[in-house]
Amino acid sequence: MSATGIGAPVRRKEDHRFITGQGRYTDDINRPGQAHAYFLRSPHAHATLKKIDTKAAAAMPGVLGIFTGDDLAADKIGGLICGWMIHNKDGSPMKAGPHPALAQGKVRYVGDHVAVVVAETLAQARDAAEAIDVDYGVLPAVVDTATAAQTKTQVHAEAPGNTVFNWHLGNKDETEKAFKAAKHVTKLDLVNNRLVPNAMEPRAAVGDYDQGEGAFTLYTTSQNPHVARLVLSAFIGIAPENKLRVIAPDVGGGFGSKIFIYAEETVCVWAAKKVGRPVKWTSDRTEAFLSDAHGRDHVTHAELATDAEGKILAMRVHTTANLGAYLSTFSSSVPTYLYAPLLSGQYDIPAIYCEVDAVYTNTAPVDAYRGAGRPEATFVVERLIEVTARQLGKDPAKFRMQNYIKKFPHQTPVIMMYDTGNYGASMKKALELIDYKGFAKRKRDSGRNGKLRGLGFSSYIEACGIAPSAAVGSLGAGVGLWESAEVRVNPIGTVEVLTGSHSHGQGHETTFAQLVSDRLGVPLENVSIVHGDTDKVQMGMGTYGSRSGAVGMSAIAKALDKVIAKGKKVAAYVLEADEADIDFKDGNFLVKGTDRKLDFGSCALQAYVAHKFNGQDLEPGLKEGAFYDPTNFTFPAGVHICELEIDPDTGVTRIERWAAVDDFGNVINPMIVEGQVHGGIAQGVGQALLEGARYNADGQLVTASFMDYCMPRADDLPSFQVGMTVTPCPSNPLGIKGCGEAGAIASPPAVINAITDALGHEDIAMPATPQAVWRAAQKTLSRMAAE
Amino acid sequence: MANVTMTVNGKTVTANVDPRTLLVQFLRENLRLTGTHVGCDTSQCGACVVHLDGKAVKSCTTLALACEGASVTTIEGLANGGALHPMQEAFREHHGLQCGFCTPGMIMSAVDMVNRRGHALDEKTIREDLDGNICRCTGYHNIVKAVAAGAEAMGKGAAPARQAAE
Amino acid sequence: MYAFTYHRPTSARQAAGLLAKKEDAKLLAGGHTLLPTMKQRLASPAALVDLSSCADLKGIARKGRNLVIGAMTTHAEVAASPDVQEAIPALAYLASHIGDPHVRHRGTIGGSVANNDPAADYPAALLALGATIVTNQRKLTAAEFFTGLYETALEEGEIITKVSFPLASKAGYAKFRNPASRYALVGVFVAKRGSEIAVAVTGAGEGGVFRWPEAEAALKARFAPKSLDVLKHSAKGINADMHADAEYRAHLIGVMAKQAVAQATGKA
Repeated sequence: MSATGIGAPVRRKEDHRFITGQGRYTDDINRPGQAHAYFLRSPHAHATLKKIDTKAAAAMPGVLGIFTGDDLAADKIGGLICGWMIHNKDGSPMKAGPHPALAQGKVRYVGDHVAVVVAETLAQARDAAEAIDVDYGVLPAVVDTATAAQTKTQVHAEAPGNTVFNWHLGNKDETEKAFKAAKHVTKLDLVNNRLVPNAMEPRAAVGDYDQGEGAFTLYTTSQNPHVARLVLSAFIGIAPENKLRVIAPDVGGGFGSKIFIYAEETVCVWAAKKVGRPVKWTSDRTEAFLSDAHGRDHVTHAELATDAEGKILAMRVHTTANLGAYLSTFSSSVPTYLYAPLLSGQYDIPAIYCEVDAVYTNTAPVDAYRGAGRPEATFVVERLIEVTARQLGKDPAKFRMQNYIKKFPHQTPVIMMYDTGNYGASMKKALELIDYKGFAKRKRDSGRNGKLRGLGFSSYIEACGIAPSAAVGSLGAGVGLWESAEVRVNPIGTVEVLTGSHSHGQGHETTFAQLVSDRLGVPLENVSIVHGDTDKVQMGMGTYGSRSGAVGMSAIAKALDKVIAKGKKVAAYVLEADEADIDFKDGNFLVKGTDRKLDFGSCALQAYVAHKFNGQDLEPGLKEGAFYDPTNFTFPAGVHICELEIDPDTGVTRIERWAAVDDFGNVINPMIVEGQVHGGIAQGVGQALLEGARYNADGQLVTASFMDYCMPRADDLPSFQVGMTVTPCPSNPLGIKGCGEAGAIASPPAVINAITDALGHEDIAMPATPQAVWRAAQKTLSRMAAE
Repeated sequence: MANVTMTVNGKTVTANVDPRTLLVQFLRENLRLTGTHVGCDTSQCGACVVHLDGKAVKSCTTLALACEGASVTTIEGLANGGALHPMQEAFREHHGLQCGFCTPGMIMSAVDMVNRRGHALDEKTIREDLDGNICRCTGYHNIVKAVAAGAEAMGKGAAPARQAAE
Repeated sequence: MYAFTYHRPTSARQAAGLLAKKEDAKLLAGGHTLLPTMKQRLASPAALVDLSSCADLKGIARKGRNLVIGAMTTHAEVAASPDVQEAIPALAYLASHIGDPHVRHRGTIGGSVANNDPAADYPAALLALGATIVTNQRKLTAAEFFTGLYETALEEGEIITKVSFPLASKAGYAKFRNPASRYALVGVFVAKRGSEIAVAVTGAGEGGVFRWPEAEAALKARFAPKSLDVLKHSAKGINADMHADAEYRAHLIGVMAKQAVAQATGKA
């Protein structure tokens, strides 16, 4: 391993600009003549728009234009789309209402977009928005996930019973049969709490229109600028793709929330032409809470059947998933194909049946948030497993190991074909890291101090490297999920890599360059990564679902193979040897069995000067592109163990130890991978202990700022012990599985399993706030007193 | 509109601003110092932290006019010429950042922490003292390591002249 | 924010003059409540009178058996003051735990007291220590001053100039922070002055800061955490919100009171 190659903890190339304040985020961009947009948002969760009077507002100082849904409709601007078709149990398509960028006739959640004001300054736009007179016909709000389908009030006329779909997966009959034969059945009712992603950089957009070219440019906070361009062009109808450039500069975190195509960027780019000026919008945090797509929000009943020896026989799950007021871009795929196929976890479960009812409510749209479906599935599986072990009186680690899948490949009853893994190895290492043997003593010590100590496991699996295009197409996806790469070698041997992946904190400029440096033998500083601009990179699918390593880098690897192949042809001419006799090693083209060689830089120069070969035999230049379409999902898996202590007097939970052992396949940069694990755990701990988006009965979001929505802070968390095991992924050229979401997937059940272990009962929901834990602990104390 | 004069990163600047202008807007929009960020509306996230007369403050909750005659240091003014400040170097070395958005505020807060609490900072102190800064990416693990290392490096005489100037 | 004019007087007297002259003027101290409120357009003063250059409103001094703190003294200054640390260490401790380090560099005792946020820390200290609030017009006891949620006895045009704390023989403060906002969910300040004992509670009262007479009586018998073991604060009149219902808050009053006494008696 070289100091900058694959496997080296290379310090990040992008950091210099971030630590010196030279990062360039969307809000840092200002276009000449720029005007500002302010969105008038609905204060009601559900209301008809009887009248919108903009006359007085339009006459206010600085106002350049005020637009409503009627103006978008008049310009034939289409609604926002959901790109994944789900079919009901009976085969009929899901039922979806329209999703206009600016409301038409009705508003459906607090924060829904009623009108936009474009003015010289933001203050003027906001002043004018306050002068718009809207006559709302307020309607009752549908808020509760569990009862939305039984509510008389209809969010969309197109979806009776507020039901988007009733979907299922698995084998119902076999599952029922297995449950009948079971010796033991564990039953749990679980709520996966609603979360707000809260990337630290709020969303922003700057729309620009070049009248001479008839072309639009949109600068936006996007994890996937090409998908944004595709949707804005092909479905919303802003402009043809060749007349629309989407640029996503540095992106300050996304966690899923910046995948989607939202109303604000759509309106900004459209309005730029309407007012003849660049139009800028930057979300404030309150707007982010109201209008960024939220995550999770499942209500689930789950059961696990085992035989007399504790062998798992079957699982059945019923989930109601809240999709909010409109279907966001990938919302329908999250509680279905990103959820139920993960219900087998790391376990050999012969029969699984899962039903999912998706409902509309008068709340913000719900879509993918770090893990997307997989944390929800892991929470179901790992809570069931832990509780079953307790009910059977078995050690939870041994019970897991008893039921782990040990032979690969393994076909689960829910679509997935696991290719490789070694779950027992991760468990063994995690038990060592946490000092499992010493836990009993630590628990006694805590007890002597009046504290309750608990330890909880989570053996998670995820399906990443999303995903084989044909497979997702057959499941309803509207796009293919391959990735593209182009490797441009310059005449002096420096390299530019154009990729359709787009970093929003993952360090692609470093890891991707490591791959290039490793393969071509060029110094790291001679490699630049180009991403986030549809005019530079031809096409790409973006960064989400832990796919940029497994899919994005595989595309780069494929293109690098082509560059090396072409280089060999050039070298063969220059070195006057047969192409078959040329080897490429450590940055040099070598003639086998001789000392004749051509270094990579010289080869590049020869490719461009083209003096040594005939253009009819070989094209000049050294530039190759590749599209990589995965052949399978990848299956990162691991074991997280959480050890914590509860103060029953206050309900405060302190995480004392955390051991994470993950198998991500081959690792390019362990420093960056560990950082991804840390961040994921923090978000999962946030879900388990601190975070929860709450609407009141009127549909008002009562957690709409950091004053009420509890973000994890440094003193809420411990340092983590992170270890790794490696089984290389067999389905992609680099053996990479993906690491971006693992922490967020693994950690919530580990925390809750530890809390319930400490409490000695299962009666606690997420987030386990001090108040909730205090109340649950009182139950524990009175039981202990009675014993 | 009203006139304001202050020193920003060692340079005297004068401008005519709307009294509503917050220090962060003045820095970002008037001076184009976009390293200072806005991440919330409730003075909690700390992405906007700068030093005002040597002390860390939230520039989103400070009026530009209130900084008349004051000395402001932003992330852009922390490095001494070409050399990074030891705290900047520590964040890079210990991977204390991912998306980079909270990073300028985090680094400015960390330098202020060292100014207040000295160079030997234990994990508990660092975690508690960071409660005015929110990061969504790192889980704080590497930020804590970076702050401890940066504090130590600052104590080894690596602290640049900027600090003395504050 | 809505538009306003900005004024920066250099003395309390000048400030009072501006306050009287300018229509709909508001005083700006540290600004950490007022400015966020204005940003959300929930407050719209026509004029702001910034007190930050009024030198006569700053400073910490020991005057006989009293500790006098100027209204524009920041939380960080109170926390770091050797005078405060020596005279009333619990007050320095309280100031060192308000908000976060950046807030403490800007926020002031006068601003906090004038705002009387039911979740603020200072009101508990003022009430328990029997502090006197000195304005440009008169002197008020803390009990007279705090009149309700965000309400005080301050009249139009009146400016807090300083707060005077009689020294206590023992004092302690403990708070349970709201996990999200980090304001006091419950804060209890305990003070012993001679035979007089005061227990003041912030964060929990429907009407703002209040005293807990039962705890005071129990501590009079013996000033020790154990004296509070059998006491339970009633949930009546206690705040309820999504972070803590009245029962939990009432319970925390007892827990925090014990911690405060432990701190006061050097056993924390």
